[in-house]
Amino acid sequence: MIPLLGITTQALFAQLLVGLINGAFYALLSLGLAVIFGMLNIVNFAHGALYMMGAFFAWFLLNALHIGYWPALVLAPLGVAIFGMIVERTMLTRLQGLDHIYGLLLTFGLALIIQGLFQNYFGSSGQPYPVPELLKGGANLGFMYLPNYRAWTIVFSLAVCLLTWFAIEKTRLGAVLRAATENPQLTRAFGVNVPRLITLTYGFGVGLAALAGVLAAPIYQVRPLMGADLIVVVFAVVVIGGMGSIMGSIVTGFALGLIEGLTKVFYPQAANTVVFVVMALVLLVKPAGLFGRKA
Amino acid sequence: MTDIAPHAPAPPASAPAAKSSTELLAIAGLALVLAAAPLAAYPFFLAQALCLALFACAFNLLVGYGGLLSFGHAMFYGSASYLAAHAAKVWGLPPEAAILAGTLGAGLLGLASGALSIRSQGIYFSMITLALAQLVYFIALQSPYTHGEDGVQAVPRGKLFGLIDLSNDVTLYYVVLAIFLFGLFSIYRIVHSPFGTVLKAIRENETRAISLGYRVDQYKRAAFVLSATLAGLAGATKAIVAQSATLTDVHWTTSGEVILMTLVGGMGTMVGPVFGAFVILAMQNYLSTFGQWVMVIQGAIFVVSVLSFRRGLIGEIANRFKISL
Repeated sequence: MIPLLGITTQALFAQLLVGLINGAFYALLSLGLAVIFGMLNIVNFAHGALYMMGAFFAWFLLNALHIGYWPALVLAPLGVAIFGMIVERTMLTRLQGLDHIYGLLLTFGLALIIQGLFQNYFGSSGQPYPVPELLKGGANLGFMYLPNYRAWTIVFSLAVCLLTWFAIEKTRLGAVLRAATENPQLTRAFGVNVPRLITLTYGFGVGLAALAGVLAAPIYQVRPLMGADLIVVVFAVVVIGGMGSIMGSIVTGFALGLIEGLTKVFYPQAANTVVFVVMALVLLVKPAGLFGRKA
Repeated sequence: MTDIAPHAPAPPASAPAAKSSTELLAIAGLALVLAAAPLAAYPFFLAQALCLALFACAFNLLVGYGGLLSFGHAMFYGSASYLAAHAAKVWGLPPEAAILAGTLGAGLLGLASGALSIRSQGIYFSMITLALAQLVYFIALQSPYTHGEDGVQAVPRGKLFGLIDLSNDVTLYYVVLAIFLFGLFSIYRIVHSPFGTVLKAIRENETRAISLGYRVDQYKRAAFVLSATLAGLAGATKAIVAQSATLTDVHWTTSGEVILMTLVGGMGTMVGPVFGAFVILAMQNYLSTFGQWVMVIQGAIFVVSVLSFRRGLIGEIANRFKISL
């Protein structure tokens, strides 16, 4: 152990790891928010609740149906995405042409309903979810101990983020998506079924949130309010990055996780608030966010 | 994003021809009912309800007339509540000075947070106010003056102007009613002043207001500070009434509740938020034994209101009779 500014490298790297993991969740969630906002012009306040639903979906699969982590990694996002698409078809679609604030209010109401229902059945306490057999244990890197599951979380979410970026920025499907974001009427005139594209986009964004929930289940406990406080931080992350850019939200998510981890080492009292302080500073310099176009 | 989609704001509840005199009548009627209300309900409950009603009216000034949805108004209500409680308990100030201190504190906080948030449009504004309110929440959680989870308890009510003893609930209620009516009448005057007219013009069409030469950011910032100050007045009064200031007052759930009250009563109506506050409070009281179902029902009211009831209770009535309420 080499002490650095009075802090052991062990503690420093441990907090950096926690920061990276939080950053991975910020990135996955803000990415989903950005994709949804691009297509639907709605800020999805239910994102945190759907993240929680993803974790509970995995927990339910394991405890009721004895379906393990790996199938849950696919099934939970799929299930939550279907739920999200039903919500989009039945409710969100009716808000088209109205002020943005109604989308925010509606999804806020949805978040209250979902969180309230889960709290009724599970209380506020957490349900444990075991780390999958394959990823148990860890590696001693000399300067720190790295649990396998945490390494997996970071690598996997980074891969998902980059894949999403690639799909949206570099493929034909992504081109159609961006065209529909830019000008839905004209894209429809070219024969693209834009309403269906909107529904699928919402399902995809929501699925990303659920995926983050499954990834989080073995690390944090599965709690009904696990997404409620997270979503406010993610909103701040989105404001810092600006919602214009996919890569921007990935980079900002990971960077802010790291900053939060560093704050925990050097000035723990501010660990909860540092993201909001960074947001305030960024707004002073660049009101549209670091990667945002002028809002 | 399309250029075609109109930036449709909160549905204007007032018919074009409507005069503001009906609003004044509504306020007067409300004052009469509230003056007689202690005959029918507990004055302590009513006093608390009036604080929330004033909070909702202050919030409505911003969202209903300025078209700005703040998702962090609890920071003004809550911090004013803490400040007033601290002033009355630790500094030993009389209630009027404590309330004044809380109100001014909220106004200053409004000035600072408005400077950061007002330059951002629509949805960004909501997210920024929410994040700033969360910052205030964490400060309240950790600061030594706020006593963390316990909050500030046993705040003395004291004597108003050294004369009127507020320990009597009925006396207290009428003092709170006076504060409430002062706040509501201020909002009425603000909305019907030239300033308020420009504010509504900005809500309807910001681009046109800019082209007419108005500095819209200054108008919006002024509306934000006024709304924050009045929300602070409500929060500070609440600290004296409930004799406590707690973390709940600064939590985002309070920000959500005030939105719900305003939405249910009618955004952009003068007396709607008052009714909304009473409806939501009555519901919470009635359902308090059902635990988390209150949250579910509040969520359901949000969803139903947004989908098919956007004018709110008073807004629907006003629209039906083509009057302004």
